[in-house]
Amino acid sequence: MTLITGITIFVLAIFIGFEIITKVPPTLHTPLMSGSNAISGITLVGAVLAAGHPGWQTQVLGFLAVVFATINVVGGYMVTHRMLSMFKRK
Amino acid sequence: MLKYVYILLPLLFLAQTPVLGEDALTESPAPTTTQSSEETVASESGAALFSPNVINVVYLIAAVMFIRGIKGLTHPRTAVRGNLLAALGMLLAVVFTLGAGGLSYGVIFAGLIVGGGIGAYKAVKVEMTEMPEMVALFNGFGGVASVFVAGAAMIYESVTVSGSVATAASGFIGAVTLTGSLVAYAKLQGLKWMPDGAILPAQKLVNAALVFVAMLLSWWLVKSAGTGSTYYIAYWLIVIVACVLGITLTTPIGGADMPVVIALLNSYSGLAACATGFVISNSVLIIAGSLVGASGLILCGIMCKAMNRSLGNVIFGTMGPSADTPDADEVYKTVKSSSPEEVAILFDSAQKAVIVPGYGMAVSQAQHAVRDLSNLLESRGCHVDFAVHPVAGRMPGHMNVLLAEANIDYDRLREMDDINPELEQYDVALVIGANDVVNPVARTDPNSPIAGMPIIDVDKCRTVVVVKRSLSPGFAGIPNPLFAADNALMMFGDGKKAILELISAIKEG
Repeated sequence: MTLITGITIFVLAIFIGFEIITKVPPTLHTPLMSGSNAISGITLVGAVLAAGHPGWQTQVLGFLAVVFATINVVGGYMVTHRMLSMFKRK
Repeated sequence: MLKYVYILLPLLFLAQTPVLGEDALTESPAPTTTQSSEETVASESGAALFSPNVINVVYLIAAVMFIRGIKGLTHPRTAVRGNLLAALGMLLAVVFTLGAGGLSYGVIFAGLIVGGGIGAYKAVKVEMTEMPEMVALFNGFGGVASVFVAGAAMIYESVTVSGSVATAASGFIGAVTLTGSLVAYAKLQGLKWMPDGAILPAQKLVNAALVFVAMLLSWWLVKSAGTGSTYYIAYWLIVIVACVLGITLTTPIGGADMPVVIALLNSYSGLAACATGFVISNSVLIIAGSLVGASGLILCGIMCKAMNRSLGNVIFGTMGPSADTPDADEVYKTVKSSSPEEVAILFDSAQKAVIVPGYGMAVSQAQHAVRDLSNLLESRGCHVDFAVHPVAGRMPGHMNVLLAEANIDYDRLREMDDINPELEQYDVALVIGANDVVNPVARTDPNSPIAGMPIIDVDKCRTVVVVKRSLSPGFAGIPNPLFAADNALMMFGDGKKAILELISAIKEG
């Protein structure tokens, strides 16, 4: 991936983010935060690649990164699900 | 939701066709090639299950699922499905990454199990009142994960100028997010030793100096890219400086402004992931990171607007009573104290009532009692709405979650801007544990510290009942003339106890 491709993706994604997130109602702002927290755990992809790479330094750093990113992903999605399940219409 | 998977799945097969495959392979060499150059235990390492093209298409699918998932959050009805879709996208991205080949799985799975266990435990155990703490902590974890990934990638990724700039950014943003979030976490926990206000003389100068040092170090890092130890030392020095900056930036910010800080750190954790995406040339990290970055910024803006303050004012300014704050005794001369029986009579004849919850309600765990009260009033033919101020809780939307947890219908939760024009039609307003967000001084006194802050205009209702422990001021530190208004009655006491007494008084009456 060239730098300019990366920047293109970045700028377009920011715009998409602004478009959809402004439509999220205030009632769901806390689940939005915990859910987006889980999404930012996408670093897990990079962490997995680092942890699986040979060499003890990368494995130590990778292991720590996998642990923290997984806490984010698993904890984030689960707590968001728990919260959203409360928003049920009677 | 599945139709998007159907549309994108054919791309997977396209990606496996030789034409597409050979074209793009030149850009991203398969991890297996780098692995073969290193001497490691081959038996531990798996062969590539998926070609880089397949993995990249899966990343695209995952990114689409994240976007669709957030879109699901635009309505409570579709929100659960949206969240599951985003989670499924994450699962896809991780599973296909595991099939990249050349990876030894032992460390990976150990990390996944440890992290998954901790995450699941926290998610199940956390109280809804503690959500701000949990989100603050998780923001920090996202930041530190980026620091480690970028640090590891320095060792094995091929060196480019843009890559090393991104590495510096990743370490810097990630580390600021980490320590900033830990400070926010400590403040939300109510740790008494955390000071508010400047901790160092010339606070802003110190922060500026730290940023300057980090920039110099980044320049050094880019210069020494690929030189081995110097390169690594520069990186970890940036991380240390940024850790200090995270502390000095967040510590002076008052506890009342934590919603803004958490939203901002949420944004940072996304930007850190984004920078890491540039480090390892990974599009899904860039997309997901930007979405989170945008989300945090928007929430941050909403919170600032709800307090009528600029972001700069929240981060660098101080808020407190101004010199000409009216004397509390003077303001509260005409306060009328009332009993549950008296308030019950008010509700007896009311057609429409509005309940304004503040964080004080959550502190006294009165949510369920409030729900019972609203059900009781409904059964007696009184329409009940809830008016929620954007900063009523300790993070964006926090109050709504607390009320939803108590089984209050989300249709009954009305936003401030939505209900304000109608408040004149309400017979009774019941304010529980809220203060500054209903202080009419925000409208009337241009010299007040909360001047111009949007408030819920409960003073326009026919009668206002305020449930509060005492006449002590809120975060803004100023007296509230609403409490002494002609149409206001104070019901002093603990929120939960007062509501329960009110319920039994209505039942008896």
